[in-house]
Amino acid sequence: MAEAQAIDPIHQFQIYPLTEKMSLFGVDISFTNSALFMVISLALIAFVMVYGTRTRSLVPGRLQSLAEIFYEFVADTVTSTTGKEGLRFLPLVFSLFMFVLICNFLGLIPGTFTVTSQVIVTFAFAMLVILTVLLYGIARHGSHFFGLFVPSGVPAALLPLIIPIEVISFISRPISLSMRLFANMLAGHIALKVFAGFIVMLIAAGGWVALTPLPMIMIVALTALEFLVAALQAFVFAILTCIYLNDALHPGH
Amino acid sequence: MVGPMSVFRSKAFLLAASSSVLLAGAGLAQEAHEGGGESHSAFPPFDPATFGSTLFWLLITFVTLYWLMSRVALPRVGGIIEHRNAAIATDLEKADVMQKKAEEAGNAYTAALAKAKANAVAIGQQAKDAASAAATERRKAVEADVATKIATAEQQIAAMKASAMTNVSTIATEAAAAIVERLTGVAPSEADVRKAVSDTLAG
Repeated sequence: MAEAQAIDPIHQFQIYPLTEKMSLFGVDISFTNSALFMVISLALIAFVMVYGTRTRSLVPGRLQSLAEIFYEFVADTVTSTTGKEGLRFLPLVFSLFMFVLICNFLGLIPGTFTVTSQVIVTFAFAMLVILTVLLYGIARHGSHFFGLFVPSGVPAALLPLIIPIEVISFISRPISLSMRLFANMLAGHIALKVFAGFIVMLIAAGGWVALTPLPMIMIVALTALEFLVAALQAFVFAILTCIYLNDALHPGH
Repeated sequence: MVGPMSVFRSKAFLLAASSSVLLAGAGLAQEAHEGGGESHSAFPPFDPATFGSTLFWLLITFVTLYWLMSRVALPRVGGIIEHRNAAIATDLEKADVMQKKAEEAGNAYTAALAKAKANAVAIGQQAKDAASAAATERRKAVEADVATKIATAEQQIAAMKASAMTNVSTIATEAAAAIVERLTGVAPSEADVRKAVSDTLAG
């Protein structure tokens, strides 16, 4: 079993309950390793954003600086893509960005579970974004919101072609949004585990031990790349969320 | 930077994907062989059996996170930043006012200095004028004094000269009388002698 874990790159995505089995209305809601890392992420974010800012210093300390950097970064992203009125969605974008970012980074620590490598998590986030866009767009602009699917300046003859394309592109947004994040995290973590597995296999193969530094170098390089990907994907998720929200705020191309 | 990175990334992905299929197969086979009871037929990230629990805890954690961020953290951080910007603006304004005050004080100082200098020059001039007036007065007094003294001395000299001349005529008269008496043996009258002497002396 132990050896199987070491060379099985999929095992890291296994979800298993940590406590007694719990269920709600017949649905299994056991506290799993995945849930544990969600709670850890939440605790970390709360630590920086709430505990770190408790003194409300005019001259910030380290934690408060960090909290302010996060805040200003997300606030700048939101205002630059959606304008000032997009700031009403700052809590949503900020929560998404921080949650994805911290989950991505936590997952890079060996032995941890990567929450964002679960398709259901990223899909839930994507649906949250798209439903927010839809509901807010309709609530604010009514039927005018559907002007989103009718680009202005397009000849009427082309509309039967354009509208389905726009609708499909809108529907595919939650899929692309969730798949991008999920696939990036999954692939990166599998790649890391595969190269780690090579080391184990090379050692097991006896005479090939001398080659073990090669996959090791790859792991180091990949880890650096994964740090970049972890931050980049969180940012991409946040900025795409902003772009979609911009459609809800200002429909019509 | 992006080009080589993405090539590297896609290579790594291909490698990872192909290797993972092999290794996953091996791992799953072994696990199924050892574990027996539990079924792990689905690829874990897609296993619908875990969706319920994952969604439930995601809902709880994310709603908590959203609540914390929207109610506590973001208003607080926004407030801190706003407060700081306001404080900076006020401080800059204050600094501006202070600078203006300092400039005014500097101008006032320069003006006061110029005035003081002018005063000093005026006072100096006055003192100089007064001193020179006093000096002139004293010089004049001294000059007058000296002139008086010179006049007195001249008078004295004249008096002495006169008295001396009187003495000279007396001596000359006596001497002339004596000489005439010795030569002629006759004593001339004193009035003749005096007349002759004074005529001679007068030229």
